[in-house]
This record gives sequence, C-alpha cells and structure tokens, in this order.
Amino acid sequence: MLKVLSGVDFKVNKGEKVGLIGEAGCGKTTTMKSIMRILPQNASVPHGEILFKGKDLLKIDKKELQRIRRKEISMVFQDPTAALNPVFKIKDQLFDIIRYGGTYEEGRNPSKEEITAEAIRVLKDVALPDPERILENYPFQLSGGMRQRICIAMSLVAANDLLIADEPGTSLDVTIEDQILRLLGSLAVGKNLSVILISHALGAVRGLVDRVYVMYAGHMIEVAPTEELFSNPIHPYTQGLLRAIPKLTGGGILEGITGRIPNYLNPPEGCRFYPRCDSSDPNCENVKPELFDVGKDHQVACVRYGRK
Amino acid sequence: MISIQRIRASKKWKSFKKQWYKFSKNPLSVAGLIVVIAVIFSAIFAPFIVPYREDAETFKTHLERINQPPSSQFLFGTDRSGLDVLSRVIYGFRYSLMMAAVILALVVPPGVVLGLIAGYYAGTWVDTLIMRITDVFLGVPPLVLALAICSVLPPNILNAMMAVSLMWWPWYCRLVYSLASSLKNEYFVQAAEIIGARTHQIIFREILPNCLAPILTKITLDVGWVILIGASLSFLGLGAPPPTPDLGTMVADGRDYLATQWWISTFPAIAIVIIILGFNLLGDGIRDLFAAEEA
Repeated sequence: MLKVLSGVDFKVNKGEKVGLIGEAGCGKTTTMKSIMRILPQNASVPHGEILFKGKDLLKIDKKELQRIRRKEISMVFQDPTAALNPVFKIKDQLFDIIRYGGTYEEGRNPSKEEITAEAIRVLKDVALPDPERILENYPFQLSGGMRQRICIAMSLVAANDLLIADEPGTSLDVTIEDQILRLLGSLAVGKNLSVILISHALGAVRGLVDRVYVMYAGHMIEVAPTEELFSNPIHPYTQGLLRAIPKLTGGGILEGITGRIPNYLNPPEGCRFYPRCDSSDPNCENVKPELFDVGKDHQVACVRYGRK
Repeated sequence: MISIQRIRASKKWKSFKKQWYKFSKNPLSVAGLIVVIAVIFSAIFAPFIVPYREDAETFKTHLERINQPPSSQFLFGTDRSGLDVLSRVIYGFRYSLMMAAVILALVVPPGVVLGLIAGYYAGTWVDTLIMRITDVFLGVPPLVLALAICSVLPPNILNAMMAVSLMWWPWYCRLVYSLASSLKNEYFVQAAEIIGARTHQIIFREILPNCLAPILTKITLDVGWVILIGASLSFLGLGAPPPTPDLGTMVADGRDYLATQWWISTFPAIAIVIIILGFNLLGDGIRDLFAAEEA
C-alpha cells in the first residue's frame, strides 16, 4: 500500500486565493481529488477530515455531495481537450450546467431563452469572441485556449464558493497560459470565490494568490503569505525550488535540487525531504517535523526551526 | 438569421453528400445497399408482387401442379404441395427480416444498458456480477444453447426468437463494457462528475453517445448473422413449422428431394445467401465509414 499524503493541513478562507506548489508527483492533484472525492477506486482517505462550510466532505452522502459539486465547488482541469465531451455541441454541454448549476435558486425552471442569454453572458465573461457561433460548435472545432476558456466558464457557473484550478494552463502555450490565469483570477474576485490554484508557473502563482502552500512528497512543508514566501523562503526545499526559477538577468545553468521524490512504498520515517537536503542533521532521519510558526502566518515543517 | 440557418442546412447536406461519396466509392457496399433495399422493398410489398399470393398465405394444396420444375409460369417451380416457390421465397423475406428486427430489438437495449452499467462500475462487484453472468452465456456454444431452449419449448417462431435473443445479448454487453470502462476514465466524464451530474446522466448522456458508432456498426453487421441463425433453427425443425413460408423451413422441406426436385430447396437457400451477403456488405461499408470518421 502506498502512503501518499500525510499531514496535509490546508485551509482556504472565503474569498481567499491560495496557491499550491511543488514538483511533479508530490501529491498536489491527489490532494485536490480527495477534496472533490474523485480519487481512483483503489485509493482511500483513511484518516482526517475535509471540512467545507463546516461539513465533512468525507462523510456526507452521495446526494449532498452531488449538490455541492453542482452548485458550490468546482474544478478546472489541466487538459481542456479532454474535459469536453467530443460528441456534443458546446451549447448542449453548457446549457445543462447552467440549468442544474448554481445560477438559479432551487426548484426554479428557467426558460430556454434565459439559459441561452446566460450562456452567452458567461462566454463573454471569459472573453470569447462571437459566443453565438461558439455555442453551435463542437469541441474539436475550437482551439485549446478557447476550450479552456469554455471549461473555466463552465466551472464558474457551477462554483459559488470554491474553485479548484489544477494547472489550468499547463497544456497551453505560455502567453495563453498567462491570459487564462489572469482571467481566472479576475473572475474569481468578481464572484468572491475561494480559489486553490495548482501551478508550476511560480511567477503566475506569485501574481495571483494571497498565500502559498508548498508540498513535498505528500507533506505540507511550508506555508506563508505570497510575498513573504518568495522573499524569505525557509524550508531547504522551498529555497531550492525558488532557486530553480530562471531569471531574466541570466546567470548560467540553474542548479535545481539533486535526487528525486522518495518511493511512496517505503518513504523515509522522519522528514521526507531528508535524503535530498543539504543542511540535514541526524535528527531528520527519525523525527517527523510538524509545522512550526516562524513568523506572521508563516509556518514551516523543518526540525531546525522547531528546536528554537 | 435565415441565411445562417440556410448555411447550416446546406452544411448538413454537404456532410451527408461527403459521407455518401465515401460510401459509394466502394462498389461492394453499394451492391450490399441495393440488395438490402430490394429485399426490404419486396418484403413490404410482397402481397402485390408475388404471382400466387394464396400459396404463401393460406397454403391450400394444389395437387394438379405439384413438383413442377421452374418454368415461365412458375419461375422457381412448385413444391410437394403444389405451392409456388417464388411467392413463398418472397414471403420468406418477411419472416427473416421480422425475425432480425425483433431479435435485435430484444437484444440491443438490455445488452447495451448492462454493458454501460458494468463499464461505469468497472472494478466493483457490480462489474463482476454482470460480466461473469455474461461470461457464462458466452461460454455455452450459441447454437447448442438455442437448440436446448427450442427443444424444451414448443417449436414456433416466437420461441426461436427468444432462444436467439438469449444467446445474443452478451456480445453487446461485452462490446459496450469495453468501451464504457475506458470512457469512464476520460476527463469529460470526471468533469461531469465534478460538476455534480447524477449517475444516470453520466451513463446515458456522457458515455452512451460516445459508444453509438460501434453499436450501430455491430447492429448492421449482426443482421445477417441473426437471419442465418434463425434460418438454421428453422432448418433443424426448431423454428417456424412447415407450411409457414420461412426460408430455413423451406430448405429443410425440400432437402430429401434434392436429387429429383432440386428447386424446392435451392431457391430458398440462394435467397438466404443473398440476404446475408447484402447485409454483411452493407455493414462492412458502414463500419468503414465510421472507422474513417474516427481516424
């Protein structure tokens, strides 16, 4: 059995935007899938709780879960080409989401004209030109950027409280990715949504979110307000991660972090970063570090700071 | 607006024309289509085109014209009761087509629905239950199963159809299962789940439409086989009883006289070959069309 996530302590306030960063395979997506409860069948969350507006998402029944997914939480995927059903026109997919999503109060039966007008409005919101034509198109007739905008529009319709964006621009080219992330940020502010943004584009994360969580190998290792984290990273892993960002001023080949993520079958007992850490001491091997306060809202999971 | 609609209509027409062009490039598919249309047409209008309508409807024996060889009066000859073989063959089309239609109507919905459910719940006990039952049905040789059922129940066309249906649904179940179990991991299905779609909406609105092309192809390819199995059962005396103008029954009827009155069996047999060939060629053409679309 793989023990992937452990000690993931995560909090998003109403209207707050948080970023989640970490290298590939560190459990970012798994964390989000746990929240949405779309983990694969062979995975489970044996301990802990996921509280959303006071309710534990791990315990609520299926009907309530579907209602929350329909109206309150939603998610944008990494790959916009796969997130739309290939055999239906955009309007067939979008109209359903508007009809059943969080736009109208429970029990109201909106007319077709209302829904069409709403669909055109949400497509305009995501800066798509000529929404009337797009409604008549099939997904394959649209570009990747357009499809991702449509996915964002759909997610926004279905999210009244929390939007999870799982690397929303990674499969697009950089300029489009930047546009998409900015758009997502401004629309979320307009709707007063809480946002969890997963991204490898650290620059984009820095510009968009209020707080950043750093994950390593299934552990939350550092959390701080965005500016604090980028100017004063404390955990050796965060420092390494930020050193790996290319800079405009140049400076040769980046150093990065040596080694790779540990095997989840048999992860290190203590600090999971210990084998790759260049400032480790013998304690790290056995003691699992808790998150320690090191400043205002700044916490880090490293034994070197716990002893102080 | 009107102009947009007109453009859209002409677009649809254009895509239809394109499909037809692709289809018509294969002469075998077109031949299959022509045969199928001819068979369906003659089955529908059988009462108006057969020369001796009462020979296929009331079966009144005509001793004065038994065992006549093919001639200008009786193109396919007459059988041992003096009935016109041509009229009965054309009526036989009706039985064959009706049998195929009824069997496929009985088989496709349950097979597809069970396959969708098993595929959506792949890896759980639901999947195991449905697919192991399917395996049991697939494990018994089809004709043997049908024979067993038909020999327990009285031989008539209804029981023959039930027997064939019972052995046919697992193929649809398995086809749809394989499609659905891979489709359910597609992002758009997960996206639908995340957006709060209910289970039946996911199964029937997200997964099913993506399975339609293979299902339709299998149906067209299956028509010929269903007709063949039905005719085999009739030939073995487990389908429609003798005076009925069923093609399989008619072949069985004349098989003892093949040496002397060859026409009694031969013409119905040729008719079976032609129907099955027609549907299979058409099915192949349609399959190529869908395959080209997906590529």
